[in-house]
Amino acid sequence: MRTPKLLRTQAFRIVGIYLAIFAVSTLALVGFVYWNTSLVLDRETDETIEAEITGLEEQYSTLGLPGVTDAIIGRSVRREQGIYLLANSNRRVLAGNLDGWPQVSTTNGGFVEFRYERRIGNVAQLRSARGRIITLTQGFYLLVARDVDERRALENVFKTALLWGAGLMIVLGLVGGLLISHNFLKRLELINRTSRQIMGGDLSLRVPVTRAGDEFDDLSLHLNRMLDRIERLLHGMREVSDNVAHDLRSPLNRLRNRLELAAMRQPADSETARDFDAAVQETDRLIGTFNALLLIAEAEAGSVRETMHNLSLGDVIEGVGELYGPLAEEKQLRFVVKKAPDAGLIRGNLNLVSQALANLVDKAIKYTPPGGTVVVSLENNPSGPALVVADDGPGIPAQDRARVTERFVRLESSRNSPGTGLGLSLVAAVARMHDAELSFDDNQPGLRATLNFKRAAEGPRPAKVALAREVVSEPVH
Amino acid sequence: MRVLVVEDDLEAQRYMVKGLKEAGHVVDEAGEGETGLTLALSRPYDVAIVDRMLPKLDGLRLVGKMREERNNTPVLFLSALSDVDDRIKGLRAGGDDYLTKPYAFAELLARLDALVRRRDPGSVKTRVSVGDLELDLLSRTAKRNGSAIELQPREFRLLEYLMRHAGQIVTRTMLLENVWEYHFDPQTNVIDVHISRLRAKIDKGFEAPLLHTVRGAGYMIRAHA
Repeated sequence: MRTPKLLRTQAFRIVGIYLAIFAVSTLALVGFVYWNTSLVLDRETDETIEAEITGLEEQYSTLGLPGVTDAIIGRSVRREQGIYLLANSNRRVLAGNLDGWPQVSTTNGGFVEFRYERRIGNVAQLRSARGRIITLTQGFYLLVARDVDERRALENVFKTALLWGAGLMIVLGLVGGLLISHNFLKRLELINRTSRQIMGGDLSLRVPVTRAGDEFDDLSLHLNRMLDRIERLLHGMREVSDNVAHDLRSPLNRLRNRLELAAMRQPADSETARDFDAAVQETDRLIGTFNALLLIAEAEAGSVRETMHNLSLGDVIEGVGELYGPLAEEKQLRFVVKKAPDAGLIRGNLNLVSQALANLVDKAIKYTPPGGTVVVSLENNPSGPALVVADDGPGIPAQDRARVTERFVRLESSRNSPGTGLGLSLVAAVARMHDAELSFDDNQPGLRATLNFKRAAEGPRPAKVALAREVVSEPVH
Repeated sequence: MRVLVVEDDLEAQRYMVKGLKEAGHVVDEAGEGETGLTLALSRPYDVAIVDRMLPKLDGLRLVGKMREERNNTPVLFLSALSDVDDRIKGLRAGGDDYLTKPYAFAELLARLDALVRRRDPGSVKTRVSVGDLELDLLSRTAKRNGSAIELQPREFRLLEYLMRHAGQIVTRTMLLENVWEYHFDPQTNVIDVHISRLRAKIDKGFEAPLLHTVRGAGYMIRAHA
C-alpha cells in the first residue's frame, strides 16, 4: 500500500517530528509537575500522621490506655480527614472511627494504604486512606490515617488531563500538518507542473509568482531567471548552428559544383574522371557527416518540437521495416517485424523517429552475419511504447554500451566498415528530443537496442496480449 | 527549357548557370530578390530556382508575390537551411520542391525535369505505359507484354513514380521522398535493393530491359529506342 502523497511531504514529516518533540516535552513537564505535587502532598500527609502518632504515643506513655482512648475519641469526632483506631492484640477495635480493623497493604516507609467505608448521610462511600500502624506496649495497636481520596481524585484529574491533552495535541498537530503540507504541495505542484511543461519542450513558459513574496516566490523567481538564461543560451546555440550551416554549406556547395563540372569535362572512364568522381564522393561523405552533426545540434536545441504531432509508432515500424526488409533479405538475414496491438501513439516527428529507427535497423543489418536474424518490434511496456531492434550478431561489449552514443565514437571492431560514427548519436539525440530512453542490452547473443517512449497523454492503455501481428520474411536463397 | 536562377552566392550561381547551360537549358540569373521577381513576372520560364535567403526580397516572399500575381511557374527552393520545418515553410509559401545545399548537380537537373513535366496537366490518367509495360492505376495491376506481374503495394508505387517520369532521370532521394515520403539519408543504399527487386519482376525474361541505372545520378524507365 502506498502512503498518500500528503503524508509523504517534507512539510508533513517536519510537522510530525516537531509534534513528537513537543508531545514528549509536554508530557515530561506535566509529569514532573504531577510527580512533584504528589510528592509534596504525600509528605505533608505523612508528616501530619507522624506528628499525631507522636502525640498519641505521648498520651499513652503518660496517661496510659484510658488517656489515649479519650484522645482518640476526641480526635475522631473533631477531625473529618483523620482516621484513628485503637485495637488490642487480637485486632479488636477498642476505640476509633472505623467499624473494624481494615485490610491494609504495606507501602514504603512503614506506611499503609487501605480502603474504608464512610457514610455521608445515607450513602456509603468506599474511600482510600493512608496511614501508619504502631504497636504500643502491652500489645495494643494504634492506627492513624488520613483520607487521601481527594488526592487520588487529583491524581486522576492529572492523568485524564494528560491523556486528553496529548490526544488533542496529536489530533490538532496532524490536522495542522496536513494543512501545511497541503499548502506546501499546492505551491510546489505549481512549480512542478510548469517544470514538466518546460521539460516537455515549451521553454517560453515561466513559473507563476504570487504576491506573497515568500520563499516559494523567491524560488520561482530564481527558477525563472535560470530559465531566461537557458532560453537565451539555446537561442544563441540555434543561431550559431544556423550560421554555421549557412557559412559551411555554401562553400561545400561550391566545392561540389566545381568538382562535378570538372568531372563532366573529362572524357568518361578516364583516370582523371575517376579521381573527380572519388573526390565528389568524398565531399558527399563530408556533407553527410556535417548534416548529421547539424541535425543532432538541432535536435538538442529542441527547435524540432514545434513539428511534433500525434504519431503512430505502428506506422513508423511498418514504414521502416518495409524499407529495410529487402536489404536484410539480400544479406541472407531473417527479418521479422512484430507489432503489439493498439500500442504506440506518441507525440513526435515522423521523419526523425523513422530516421532513428532506420539507423538502428541499418546497424543491425550491417553487423549481423548472413544467416542471422534481425527482429524489429513495437512493444507495449508499462512505461510506454518501445521500438526494439534485436539481432544475433556480435553485439556490443558491456563496457562500451554507454559510449556508443557519443559523437564520433567507433568501436575497434567496426573501424573498417563505412559510417560516420554519428548514427547512434543521432538516435540518442532523437530520443532525448522525444523524452524517450535509449538503451542497449545483451540479446544473448547479439544486441538489443530499445527506444522507450512515453505514452501520449490520452494514449491507449497497454494491452494484455503483446504480439498479435507478426510479419516474417524469409531470406531469398 | 527556360530556367530562372535567383541566387545571391555569385560563385555558386556561376557554376549553376554554367552547368544548366551545358545541360542544354536557357538560363537567366539574378543576384537578389527584387530583380528576380521582376524577371519572373516579365518573362515566361519553365521553372525557377530560388534561394531561400536573398538580399532585398527574401526567397519565401518572392515566391509568395509570384503566386499573388497568379504566376504559376514551378519553383524549386534551394536552401542552406535543412530544418524539418523549413522545408514545410518553403512548400507552404508556394514552392514546388525543396533542395538543401550542398546538392548534387544531377539531383538538381533531375528535379527540374520532374517539376516541368509535372506541369503537363492533361486529363487524370488511369493508365500509364512504357513500351509493352502497362500500369492500370485504378485496379492497381501491372502487365508486361500481356502477362500480369505480381507487385507489392510499395513496388507498385515505385513503378508508378518511375513510369510517370518515363524518360527522365529519377534520383534515389526523389524516390525516397516521393515513394516512401522520407526526408532523410538512409546511409545504406536501400533504394538500390528495392530497384533490383522491381527489376527482377518487370525485366527478367525479357530481351529489352526497361529499367535503367544512370551512373552517378539515379534510375530511368524508358522503352528502348
